Amino acid sequence: MEKGGNKNQRKATGKISRRTLLGGVIAAAVLPVQSLFAGEMQAETLVLPEITDDPTKTIGPGPSPLGKRSTFEQPVRKPSDISSRTPLQDMHSTITPADLHFERHHAGIPTIDPAKHELLIHGLVNNPMKFSVADIKRFPSVNRTCFIECAGNFRTGKAEMTPQDILGLTSQSEWTGVMLSILFNEVGISDKAKWFLAEGSDAAVMTRTIPIAKAWDDAMIVYAQNGEAIRPEQGYPIRLLLPGFEGNMNIKWLRRIELSEEPYMTREETSKYTYPVKDKIRMFSFELDARSIITYPSYPQKVNKGWIEIRGIAWSGRGKVEKVEVSTDAGKTWQLANLQEPVLSKAHTYFRFLWNWKGEATAILSRVTDETGYLQPTLAQLAEARGVNLGGYHMNPITAWQIKNDGTVLFKPETIK
Amino acid sequence: MNKKTVLILACPLVLLLMSLKTAFISSSEEKPLTDSLKRPAKFGFGRRATAQEIAAWDIDVRPDGKGLPVGQGDVKKGRLLYAQKCAMCHGVDGTEKPGIKLPGSALVSDTLATSKSKTIGNYWPYATTLFDYMRRAMPYNMPGSLSNDEVYSITAYLLNANKIIKADMVLDAKNLYKVVMPAKKLFIMDDRKGGPEIK
Repeated sequence: MEKGGNKNQRKATGKISRRTLLGGVIAAAVLPVQSLFAGEMQAETLVLPEITDDPTKTIGPGPSPLGKRSTFEQPVRKPSDISSRTPLQDMHSTITPADLHFERHHAGIPTIDPAKHELLIHGLVNNPMKFSVADIKRFPSVNRTCFIECAGNFRTGKAEMTPQDILGLTSQSEWTGVMLSILFNEVGISDKAKWFLAEGSDAAVMTRTIPIAKAWDDAMIVYAQNGEAIRPEQGYPIRLLLPGFEGNMNIKWLRRIELSEEPYMTREETSKYTYPVKDKIRMFSFELDARSIITYPSYPQKVNKGWIEIRGIAWSGRGKVEKVEVSTDAGKTWQLANLQEPVLSKAHTYFRFLWNWKGEATAILSRVTDETGYLQPTLAQLAEARGVNLGGYHMNPITAWQIKNDGTVLFKPETIK
Repeated sequence: MNKKTVLILACPLVLLLMSLKTAFISSSEEKPLTDSLKRPAKFGFGRRATAQEIAAWDIDVRPDGKGLPVGQGDVKKGRLLYAQKCAMCHGVDGTEKPGIKLPGSALVSDTLATSKSKTIGNYWPYATTLFDYMRRAMPYNMPGSLSNDEVYSITAYLLNANKIIKADMVLDAKNLYKVVMPAKKLFIMDDRKGGPEIK
């Protein structure tokens, strides 16, 4: 399997002659990565360890306070001005390493001292209260493994696109925190409260309104991600977690919650995160509908004739993945893929399908059905339901990969207009 | 320590051990070894927030006008403030500057929903949102720096440029929320419900 990261590494090692590396005179060769993969990475240095023909004859480095990736693996996010995307094609399972979790923020990442940070809960409550981060950590905690996906997570337009390019704004973590219902019980919620406003303490002072039913269902205030404190770009020290809801609503750097009779109609829930449906504009679409993508094989990987394990992820903001079907004949026939157990609700679910490729040019696709009976649509079906002026939000079409005779894999972009 | 004292001390200890043993056996027969504590009505963590603390952060404005502060602004002052504080990104004539990506022109009175760029005139359902958003997040280089009067004025200027209010209108907490936006009639609540139907 030729994954993007490995390929980059080979390019990198190719710049140094094998003799230099084998000579062992230098313990480490430092290469400026930026010159090799301009635009792909930040200015970082790639340190190549001494490589010998037989690692059993040389004693390696000892223990260290902080682990690092193998220098042969270079998965990286793909940043733009406003977001960075998870390299889904480099992932082997469903947990996203925290440093590869996608980012989307609206006025940069704030630096927050957890000792000074507080959460205010007020509005239609019996007792308006402030909670320090230490207070929040004292409450009974739970772990929840779920995805967070940006509502604007669909790109198309050319064949040379990776899963990261197409829908890299989805990632999964095991989050730890307190159920929001416990905090709501602590302040006492008025019967009149039907919504709550959540506000971040970034420079955008981001706000969204959330129906109160979500608080009594599965909303959390989380402070840890994959066992350690949340990363700054994910909302350190605390963020709201709304499993299955638009990423934007999972307010990061959370500082305030206000209980209200009605929604606030903030900028992010009116002029953004809304989309045309025929001659109307749909707002308050919170749940992310079911979606799947084959991550292997995908562009820019190449395949050989013979057995190929098709791999990918499927998820639904409405519950569990019921089944995933794979087509290896451009959508003419579909067969069931194997789902990796345990299948969790509102979580990326890994699927696999064994395929014996004879070398014919074809297209491979996946489609998911969730536990509500929703079947992932084609782009044409979405256009039929919503009209051809589809906005960029809540787009979950079936993704097809073209397999060429020579084993080249390319994205199959579709047009609707 | 004499014998008598030891006996006196030992007796309650034996009794205690016996009672502990009984308690352990009876509880383990009733329930598996897990958290058997009932949750308290309140944990008592956190503290009451003061009115001043709430006021310092409570900057949101609702479509019914709740949260609109004291103050006022007009189109003329707004035009000047726009030139000083907004035009560097949004453009004097509403055309975005090179290298700056905006959702749409701030000054266009485009009320066609099918128009590509999303503007105040064609895509903003509530006038209160303009006030709330600009006060909390604008200008981008100095977020939260505008006074309430300044926000009222810039809101008035933008609404007038989008041909929604007249040039002589003075905006304040009593009338801003009553401004009806052309796009309001376009917005519908989510009607997807899961299940087989594609919506």
